[in-house]
Formats: sequence, C-alpha cells, structure tokens
Amino acid sequence: MSKFFINCDEATAICDKSQYKEATFWEKFKLSFHLFICKKCGLYTKQNAIVTKVCDKHLHKNECNHKFTEPEKIKLQENISKEVDK
Amino acid sequence: MSEKPLHTLDPNNWAQSHADYLFNYTITRVNNEDLAKDIVQETFLSALKAKDNFKGLASERTWLISILKRKIIDYYRKINSKKGKAEVRMDFYEDGENKGKWIEERAPSSWGNEAEMKIENAELKSAIDTCVDFLPEKYRMVFLLKTVENYETEEICNELGITPSNLWVIIHRARHQLRKCLEENWFAK
Repeated sequence: MSKFFINCDEATAICDKSQYKEATFWEKFKLSFHLFICKKCGLYTKQNAIVTKVCDKHLHKNECNHKFTEPEKIKLQENISKEVDK
Repeated sequence: MSEKPLHTLDPNNWAQSHADYLFNYTITRVNNEDLAKDIVQETFLSALKAKDNFKGLASERTWLISILKRKIIDYYRKINSKKGKAEVRMDFYEDGENKGKWIEERAPSSWGNEAEMKIENAELKSAIDTCVDFLPEKYRMVFLLKTVENYETEEICNELGITPSNLWVIIHRARHQLRKCLEENWFAK
C-alpha cells in the first residue's frame, strides 16, 4: 500500500481527479487527511470545485453543426476526384 | 464465386456525403476549424490510397472514421513531442527538500466571499474561454474531451494513445493553470 502522507502536488492531483469522481476511496482518504494540515490545499480544493462549476456552466459541447461551405466542398471533391482518376 | 460486398466505396460523392460529419468529429477533438478541415482532406486522400483494403464489411463512413482516428492520433503525437515549448509552469517545487510543496507566489490566494455568486455572471464565459485558449494544445485537447465532452478516461486514452496516468497528469496541470488564470483575470480582480 502506498504511503499515507502525501505532498501538495499529490494532494491536488487527487483533488483534480475527484472533480471527475474518479478518485479511489484510499486517495480521498489521504487527501482528507492532508487537508487537515494544509491550508493552501484547502483553498485549492475549494477553488477547484468553483472551477468545475464554471466549466459546467460556461463551456459547452460541440454542437455538431459545423459545415464546410459549398465552394469548399466542391474544391474538396475536386481534390479527391483528381486522385481517384490517377 | 466471390460474394458481393455489403458496402461499396463511392469516392466521387465523399465530400457531399461525409465531409461535414468528419469535420464535426474532428473539431470536437482539435478545436480549430482550419486544422480540422485539413485533417478531413488528408483522411479522404489516405482513404483513397488504401481503398483496396476496404472489405465492404463496415459502412463507408465507419471505415473513413477509422482512418480519421489514426490521423488524429498522429496529430496528437506530433504536438505531444514538441517538448518544452508548451509546458505548463508548475506550481510546486520539483526537487530538494521542498519537493511537492507549493511555490509561495503560485499558491492559491483567497477569491473572497463572493466567488460563488460570480459564477453566474455572463462575462465569466469570455474569461474561461480565454483561459482555456491559453492552455497548451496537447493539454487543451485532453481537458476538453474529459471535462466538456464527458468522454470516459479509457476512451480518451485509446483515441489519443496515452495511458490513464498520462491523462491525469495532463488534467492536473491543465486545472492548475486554469485556476491560476481565473484567479488573475477574474476572481481576484
């Protein structure tokens, strides 16, 4: 079993992973313990949750409505057809 | 004796039939219109060269997507190998007795009590967009696939040819940079 005491780099890495609900129980346990003794990581954890909310609210999925313009499509088809005939 | 294949290729209609579909597939991953269009064209041209390998078992589109996926991996490998150029500045000491501890001036500072309320502000959208644009491309791709498109870790790893531990290091660095960027440009203002 890996060590119980983790540094800030490792603690925030677990915090990042847990934003996606993919941190293991043992990882979360080590993080909680680290947060008892480290204010900076406490602040990071709080702000990281805000970053997650900001992303959920303001970053949006690709809408799948990107299109080539008609002239681009014609040009593209020309480039393809040129190679077909080779 | 030979059986007729289920599917056939019709390259003379590729642009009309598949270009937009491949374009959308690509842009979700590379986040840049011109680049996505180039990758789509390359995909069609590679597909033509490989057309004798098409067995007709899968549909034309499925086959094109499998070629496109390899193009995206190639592209990701290419940007991934540009070392040093686009690294995120880390927030922790890298060695010595302070290894893994916060570098004082890069540690989080308070965002005040109103941070939660500021999330609703519509102007925050342009701040987060700018911060995401500042991410090195190899981080931005993984971060957006994971955070915005909600892909499974395993799926991203397969698509980009990276390991889960690579992925988490990338997410870790991307989120550190985003936090810092939002602090400087929004919350601590």
